[in-house]
Amino acid sequence: MTIQELMDSNLFTLVNAGDDTDAQITTPFCCDLLSIAMGRAPEKCAWITVMANVNTLAVASLADCGCIILAEGTAFDEATNGKAAAQGITVFTTDMPVFEAALAIWQKLQ
Amino acid sequence: MGNIMTYHYAVSPDDFTRAGEASSNFKNVLKQLCVPPNIIRKVAIAMYEGEINMVIHANGGDITVEISSTGITMILKDVGPGIPDIDKAMQAGYSTAPDNIRTLGFGAGMGLPNMKKYTDEMTIETELGVGTTVTMVVYF
Repeated sequence: MTIQELMDSNLFTLVNAGDDTDAQITTPFCCDLLSIAMGRAPEKCAWITVMANVNTLAVASLADCGCIILAEGTAFDEATNGKAAAQGITVFTTDMPVFEAALAIWQKLQ
Repeated sequence: MGNIMTYHYAVSPDDFTRAGEASSNFKNVLKQLCVPPNIIRKVAIAMYEGEINMVIHANGGDITVEISSTGITMILKDVGPGIPDIDKAMQAGYSTAPDNIRTLGFGAGMGLPNMKKYTDEMTIETELGVGTTVTMVVYF
């Protein structure tokens, strides 16, 4: 499943469509500690987290995550959404818990 | 091997909204130079962890990056408090970061271990009360 296909599925609410929406999503990845995410996030993963601050974007960008899904109703502030747009990172939000969001992606990847 | 290019970045102290800017900028430089993506990822992760460490622990500092024909060398220099026990600091999960840093999602004690994991060489020179210089190399 590509990031575009995840967008088209309307599974989550799209906040920003990034530059690399043709990329294949490799796996869901769940982590809220940024240093662990930095070291462990697989390339082009769909990163599900409740850690909604500007550093989440930096980690996603530098670790080459495919997209960010902010779970449990969390969201970036306006300035951070602006940065996501400027950096071309795809961001979704959802009220789903982290596990359910990851499971929904996993099922689509099977 | 002669250096082909050198870049300098200043890291601002205590500014978590800007933390990562140096690493992001240098990542874009490497992309423009068509460096292989796996090399870029390693450099970006290691440099970001070092940059965050400088913001958290050392009142910022300076990063010098050298691109040569053989690889990329990152030199992160600060005039912070120094590292009292490098062996402990290198242990995954050991952290001296304060609580306000943890609420931002940092302070998991993975910074230095990640830097070592993603680079081919890493050396730490540190002196208490004087500062720390971390040198990391990723070979092509």
